Amino acid sequence: MDILAHAPILVVGVPLLGAFATPLIARAGARARNWFTILILLFTTALAIALAVSVFQSGPRIYVLGGPSYGFTLPSGYFFPIRIILEVDGLSAFFALIIAVTTLLGAIYSTSFIQAHSGLDKYYALLLLLAAGMFGMVVTGDAFNFFVFLEITSIAATGLVAFRTGWTESSEAAFKMMVLYNIGGLFVLLAVAILYGQYGALNFAYLATLIKYSLLDVVALALFVLALAMKAGAVPMHMWVPDAYPAAPAPITMVMVANTQIGLYGLYRICFTLYGLKLTPALVGWIVIILGILSIFIGVSMAVIQRDLKRLIAYSGIAQIGYMLLGVGVGLAVLGTPALDSYGLMAMKGGIFHIVNHALYEGLLFLAAGAISYRTGTRNLDQLGGLAHNMKWTAIFFIIGGAAIAGLPPFNGFASKLIIYESVFKFNPILAVIALLASILTLAIYARAFQSAFVGPRLPAYAHEDRSSRSTASRSADKDLREAPPSMMFAMAILAVLVVLFGLFPDLVVKYLVTPAAQALVNQGQYIEAILGAGLGVR
Amino acid sequence: MGVLKTGSGFWSALVWVATLLGSFLIIWLFARAGETSYKRGTAQTDPFLSGNPPAPGERVTASHIYWGFVEALKGYYQPLVRAHTGVVNDYLAWAVLTGAIVFALLGGFLR
Repeated sequence: MDILAHAPILVVGVPLLGAFATPLIARAGARARNWFTILILLFTTALAIALAVSVFQSGPRIYVLGGPSYGFTLPSGYFFPIRIILEVDGLSAFFALIIAVTTLLGAIYSTSFIQAHSGLDKYYALLLLLAAGMFGMVVTGDAFNFFVFLEITSIAATGLVAFRTGWTESSEAAFKMMVLYNIGGLFVLLAVAILYGQYGALNFAYLATLIKYSLLDVVALALFVLALAMKAGAVPMHMWVPDAYPAAPAPITMVMVANTQIGLYGLYRICFTLYGLKLTPALVGWIVIILGILSIFIGVSMAVIQRDLKRLIAYSGIAQIGYMLLGVGVGLAVLGTPALDSYGLMAMKGGIFHIVNHALYEGLLFLAAGAISYRTGTRNLDQLGGLAHNMKWTAIFFIIGGAAIAGLPPFNGFASKLIIYESVFKFNPILAVIALLASILTLAIYARAFQSAFVGPRLPAYAHEDRSSRSTASRSADKDLREAPPSMMFAMAILAVLVVLFGLFPDLVVKYLVTPAAQALVNQGQYIEAILGAGLGVR
Repeated sequence: MGVLKTGSGFWSALVWVATLLGSFLIIWLFARAGETSYKRGTAQTDPFLSGNPPAPGERVTASHIYWGFVEALKGYYQPLVRAHTGVVNDYLAWAVLTGAIVFALLGGFLR
């Protein structure tokens, strides 16, 4: 069997089947279950990489489910696709890589971080289910499938946030998430129903050829924008984010970052691929830009006053989502005009580049925060201090993540923000100034977080580095302040290396990862043609 | 390799790192030519607190930092914090409000 030919369905199917097999494998022991999960995600990562290389080299890949052949999109006698079709273009492949890396490292980190909890069979099953849902959302070319996979991610993510049932904040945050995700899911379902009711089709490519931008299409677009912006955590629908991120186990918070980014994927796919030039690009672009600017401003403002480390990272993460909305929003606002080539495409590249950077440094920051709470039992910055004496590597990882999110050179956040500033400045200088000021504030926020957690003298509560003078009877193991276990350090180290490499060689990332994704967005015709085929007219 | 074209200019992190290392070298050379009687861990390195003795157990925590910034912007922060109630009903209210505005804008009702 040519595995690569079936890669579009395998990236969804392997973690999905793995999720259901996990409880069975767990009968052989915890170690077998952990290794099984990691191997499943390792295999999926290899598939995602192979798929991405293939797409970046040869263009979009399609996969037809239930047809006589997986490349057979149009049945004989029909002028439109009737089966479920997966389509992987540059944007899908880009997001698939992010999902693969974050879920794999999340699983590796989890093996130590969460091992003291019971019910881990369900934890790993839900993690694989979340991976399957996210992969499904980015590879499907079918609107209803998109909704189904959205629901899978919602259910799995809610379950994972609520996993630590002994923590009241987990249950509360999961409940809020469940309500908002369900409302968002219903909005998407209603939008899909509106489009299906009008055009009798669910395939994105085919729908894109039919959409007339009637009032009903506008209603569907508004529902999509609302639901997907809510999933992405854009202000003012962001409030579930600072509740859910701190409540989830640290590795899950990292995966949740990718999960919110899938909301952005959906938003971009709907605006650019489904509606394209038929919507009013300037108006919709400005709506996206305003959501982005609000997210930047409110996110960073709220981060200043946080004392809970993970909540602080969550709020600053909302601000970073704003940069992604801003960059791509500018591209959308100038879609179909000469300004797209002048600076719009570059703004989109900046926004898309920031997505992968954000997944890496935000993931790193959450894992570092997880290592701190794992060893100290608290995330309260007022109670932390002097940790760098005992957790030197964690401190270094936190500095790298903090410098990257603040946009300090030579880390990856700087490269993407620089592109955003310069291109957005050409569109509207005030927007660029706001984005720049927010970055300075972000630096101040992380300087404070680092100073509070890592700098200063050893605090009596955590000053147990001198093992010879330790009274083991009076100090429990969780008070023994040292670096996190190797699996947690390994996951953080990989992310830190990627943050540095992406910062040192941004040109390669832009050339091989970001540009194909940005081109896929503006080249609506290529997406449509891959399914409907050149020369096959639509009735 | 390593040179990113931004549309308006270019950026090379490798050149930046090389410049930074060169700067560190110059700083090190200056420091080397400085005071040689400096000793760590002596009274030389104690902070000068306007002649007051250091208060034992007191330290600057996260809440202290940027207190002035937040206090000066109280008029901005108070309504902002109040809006983050933590109540899911309010979260939905914000979504409904945003939805109404997006509908109005896209539907052309505000034109």
